[in-house]
Amino acid sequence: MSNAVATPAAEGGKLEFLVKGDHHPAQGTLLGFWIYLMSDCLIFASLFATYGVLSMNFAGGPSGADLFDLELVALNTAFLLISSITYGFAVLKMQQNSVRGTMGWLAVTGVFGLCFLGVELYEFYHMIHIGAGPQRSGFLSAFFTLVGTHGLHVTFGCIWLVTLLLQLRKHGLIQENKRRVYCLSMFWHFLDVIWIGVFTYVYLMGSMV
Amino acid sequence: MANPTRFPSARTVGKTLLATALALSLAGCNWVVMAPSGDIAAQQADLILWSTYLMLIIIVPVIVLTLMFAWRYRSSNKNATYKPDWDHSTNLELVIWAAPLAIIIALGALTWVSTHKLDPYRPLDRIDAGKPVPEDMEPLVVEVVAMDWKWLFFYPEQGIATVNELAAPVDRPIKFKITATTMMNSFYVPALAGMIYAMGGMETQLHAVINEEGSYEGFSANYSGAGFNKMRFEFLGQSEADFAQWVADVKAQGSPLSRPAYKTLEKPSIDDPVRYYSEVMPGLYDAILNRCVDPGQVCMKDLMKSHHAHHGEGAAE
Amino acid sequence: MSSAVQTYSDTTSAVFGRLTWDSFPFHDPIILGTFAVVALGGLALVAALTRYKVWGYLWTEWFTSIDHKRIGVMYMILGIIMLLRGFADAIMMRLHQAMAFGDATGYLPPHHYDQIFTAHGVIMIFFVAMPFVVGLMNYIVPLQIGARDVAFPFLNNFSFWMTASGAILIMLSLFVGEFAKSGWLAYPPLTGILQSPGVGVDYYIWSLQIAGVGTLLSGVNFVVTIVKMRAPGMTMMKMPVFTWTALCTNILIVAAFPILTAVLALLSLDRYMDFNFFTNDLGGNAMMYVNLIWIWGHPEVYILILPIFGVFSEIVSTYSGKRLFGYSSMVYATVVITVLSYLVWLHHFFTMGSGATVNSFFGITTMIISIPTGAKIFNWLFTMYRGRIQFEVPMLWTVGFMVTFVIGGMTGVLLAVPPADFVLHNSLFLIAHFHNVIIGGVVFGVFAAITYWYPKVTGYKLDPFWGKCSFWFWLIGFYAAFMPLYVLGLMGVTRRMSHFEDMSLQIWFQVAAVGAFLIGLGILCFLIQLYVSFKKRESLRDESGDPWNGRTLEWSTTSPPPQYNFAFTPQVHENDAWWQMKQQGFQPPKEGFLPIHMPKNTAAGMVLAGLATVFGFAMIWYVWWLAAASFGALILGAIIHTFNYKRDYYIPAEDVATVENQRGEVLA
Repeated sequence: MSNAVATPAAEGGKLEFLVKGDHHPAQGTLLGFWIYLMSDCLIFASLFATYGVLSMNFAGGPSGADLFDLELVALNTAFLLISSITYGFAVLKMQQNSVRGTMGWLAVTGVFGLCFLGVELYEFYHMIHIGAGPQRSGFLSAFFTLVGTHGLHVTFGCIWLVTLLLQLRKHGLIQENKRRVYCLSMFWHFLDVIWIGVFTYVYLMGSMV
Repeated sequence: MANPTRFPSARTVGKTLLATALALSLAGCNWVVMAPSGDIAAQQADLILWSTYLMLIIIVPVIVLTLMFAWRYRSSNKNATYKPDWDHSTNLELVIWAAPLAIIIALGALTWVSTHKLDPYRPLDRIDAGKPVPEDMEPLVVEVVAMDWKWLFFYPEQGIATVNELAAPVDRPIKFKITATTMMNSFYVPALAGMIYAMGGMETQLHAVINEEGSYEGFSANYSGAGFNKMRFEFLGQSEADFAQWVADVKAQGSPLSRPAYKTLEKPSIDDPVRYYSEVMPGLYDAILNRCVDPGQVCMKDLMKSHHAHHGEGAAE
Repeated sequence: MSSAVQTYSDTTSAVFGRLTWDSFPFHDPIILGTFAVVALGGLALVAALTRYKVWGYLWTEWFTSIDHKRIGVMYMILGIIMLLRGFADAIMMRLHQAMAFGDATGYLPPHHYDQIFTAHGVIMIFFVAMPFVVGLMNYIVPLQIGARDVAFPFLNNFSFWMTASGAILIMLSLFVGEFAKSGWLAYPPLTGILQSPGVGVDYYIWSLQIAGVGTLLSGVNFVVTIVKMRAPGMTMMKMPVFTWTALCTNILIVAAFPILTAVLALLSLDRYMDFNFFTNDLGGNAMMYVNLIWIWGHPEVYILILPIFGVFSEIVSTYSGKRLFGYSSMVYATVVITVLSYLVWLHHFFTMGSGATVNSFFGITTMIISIPTGAKIFNWLFTMYRGRIQFEVPMLWTVGFMVTFVIGGMTGVLLAVPPADFVLHNSLFLIAHFHNVIIGGVVFGVFAAITYWYPKVTGYKLDPFWGKCSFWFWLIGFYAAFMPLYVLGLMGVTRRMSHFEDMSLQIWFQVAAVGAFLIGLGILCFLIQLYVSFKKRESLRDESGDPWNGRTLEWSTTSPPPQYNFAFTPQVHENDAWWQMKQQGFQPPKEGFLPIHMPKNTAAGMVLAGLATVFGFAMIWYVWWLAAASFGALILGAIIHTFNYKRDYYIPAEDVATVENQRGEVLA
């Protein structure tokens, strides 16, 4: 094999033109998922921009100050932030190769995620019930879409989390599953970051006007 | 702001070129964009020519060089130099970047100045190249509404309104205030000035002047659905006397534009005839703009006021 | 058609949504005739495939293939098929406009004409130009960087089928219901539910949303592929220029397509659930749609043209027998264009009245883009300088491009001067401009690329005679079809008109129609070229794998390349890696092969995309149960797919040795 490229012309420079061993390129899943998240971030950026444009278009309907229950939203924010911490514990357990620990903390994370969704659904239900649904004004359309899109992401996160729990139970902490835990971790923390934007820009600033 | 006679010779040069092109084309064709009858459109035509000349400085050599190199360095021409490894020359690269840059600096300056000077929102300061607007001359205000699918023109000064026919005296500045009922359209009279969008709930403006008497075409230049094709009107540039006569005719022949009459007119229709309205319900244009023609509707400006006086929902400015 | 919605019973509508017999165009002879032709052609094709027993082959070797080369070819075939549809729309419009003067109304009713110009734009951009560009990147990029596949092979297959799914929906709109009558960017309020209650806009939304998912994922895939999978030694500044442009294009895709997804989702919410994003009343703002869609739309233009710049760079350097002049300035120019393409969107609507300062800012940023673009043109020019140019067909396309594209660039910069745009906006001058850059740039580039890389894909060259015919018909046809439109624009003629009163304009439209006919001949010659070349493939065969004396790694492997591309991963030392290998007298090895790790084929992509098609159709026709069921199945299917952990296998070393030694025999 070694003489395969040993040609007269190459002898002077001794350039090798082939990798002789088994060559595996670098694994790209985490980078790819990160790039996907950045594209998702742009969807949120569009929705934030839309909200920014429409945030004063009440069309005679209620404003954020009339509608937002900041204490409830603060509780919800706490749910989501805590769920990020518990996800962190799951990753720590995974690094110690503890399947049970990982799954346990993931389950706790899922419960907090569901609590968050429950409160959000209650808030939406309440607003629609008092006639402040998304059809009422440009402001409310933008509000429901931005917050709802985040909620939809959390919902998919929860579905993914359940799937991942099943896969962990079946195959344990194999390489593929570890990668998936990391991907979902990025997704979950990403949603946290988005929520901080929502909480500040939509709820806090919206209550001040 | 800038020297009003900034590009004097462009059109003379241009006309020579255009004349050649026209000779090649069919006689009698009207290149209205390049040979308009209003001062604003004329300046825009000049700008097109100047920008084109500036760019031709680089475009013509590129095309010539492309064809020349392609011919000279064809593989069958063994006399031409062949340098397979020559791939870099700092000086040449400097020229390559600097030449377009120089053109763009010139064109950018031209753009900045002309965009501000020909801003449709800016009141006119001249009637044409040699004539500033007299101090005491107020512009003729025309309020334009793009409807489905016809044009409604209000003349607040004269107290009249028309559909699908627009008239103005020559050499008097016109101030158009433009809005729409539903669809987005574009208000365009090529002989007079460039276009601007007509959008529901918003107002755009256009300042222009017509310098020659005549009948010109106006139309919507933004596709707006089924009746778009026929959304055309006649623009009459008239002498003061003819314009006064036209106003009198509208008053004599027209009927009042009351709320019910407007509600009938508002229904979508295609290829509408010219209509005259001798008088207009007070505040109708304002009500259309603020989407509160029907009794009981709250006007957009009041909606906004009640919540946040500082925030405007006006045209995108 | 929509008037029929109220007339049938609740049960029927629960089952079929708003789909009724009236939705099928039995009353329209043109569409019915088209349908008959398509249906008969389709039946004949199905019968032929069954007769020659190729279904199994298609299924295992193509539809379920995760091989980037097969997927690339499928993208190109999709592009060609849709080009025929998009061109049929074009020639119908040209004929109609040439006829519809004065008392003559033309042969198309206005509502049909309005659908045709919308469909033409949407199809040509999303389902012709995009598949061509993505297909080229699919085939060439992994080969150029010395990789065995893309980073996510399954995702690649799924992306293709999502694109195909969008194309299927848009084709379906021809025969079931209608397409949007809105123009290719579907501005509200015209596309709001009040003004466009029919299914047309919904077809528009769902075909773009579904295809958009495919494009976005493919963008992610290629960024990772190029960043992570380059052969050892290939640093960023040693990447082939086509790969560089592909990288920038895919970054643009990742950064632009989410905005399209978002804005179409907002329009859907307005239409389906009475939200107020873009409505006139209740605090909506239609101008926001125009802004958002162009924040996607302008980068989209560069998504199409950047890879084509890469194609021309490869071609001009290969056929000039020279290194590309100014490699690094070419790379910097590409990156500058990528960044600037986000700062110019407002030039599509100066006429909205944004004020002089905003308008001149966007006008000047637009002009600045012409500096790197100009530098690129000069670089190609000086690559030809002191070269030894072989005028093979791809080189003809390249020279045709350089001459034509600069004219389009010039009119583009002209339109970037706001006061000039005020008189030319939405006119036929604008139409002429963007066809000038898209045909003169993207289309010429795609044909050049197809001719250039065809021997790599099939193992035989394309017949040059028919290629030259195609080139000259396209070139002359283009000038005949679009130069009159420039003139008409200067006469103040606006776009999207279905009828004219001014008889003096007619001659220009007639010339343009002749031009479109010539372009049609160009397309016909291309198809004949494919057929003739297949017939003459033995005499056109290239055994070397390197018919043009190429410079980059794709020419170092066989034609067509083996499934694994490279038996050994190449080691790169400088630009034009393969050229250097040839200079140093490289010989391919004959022994010492190792087993190769490869991904397995899967039907999952096709199944999921099929479910997405059903979902889109159900949403368009308000068949809610089917929409819910297909969406549920889609999610479930995706989850089930993640439970499949056995996605790869090894090609044994003996098999690799067999394939590689066959090549050795041929070359010897």
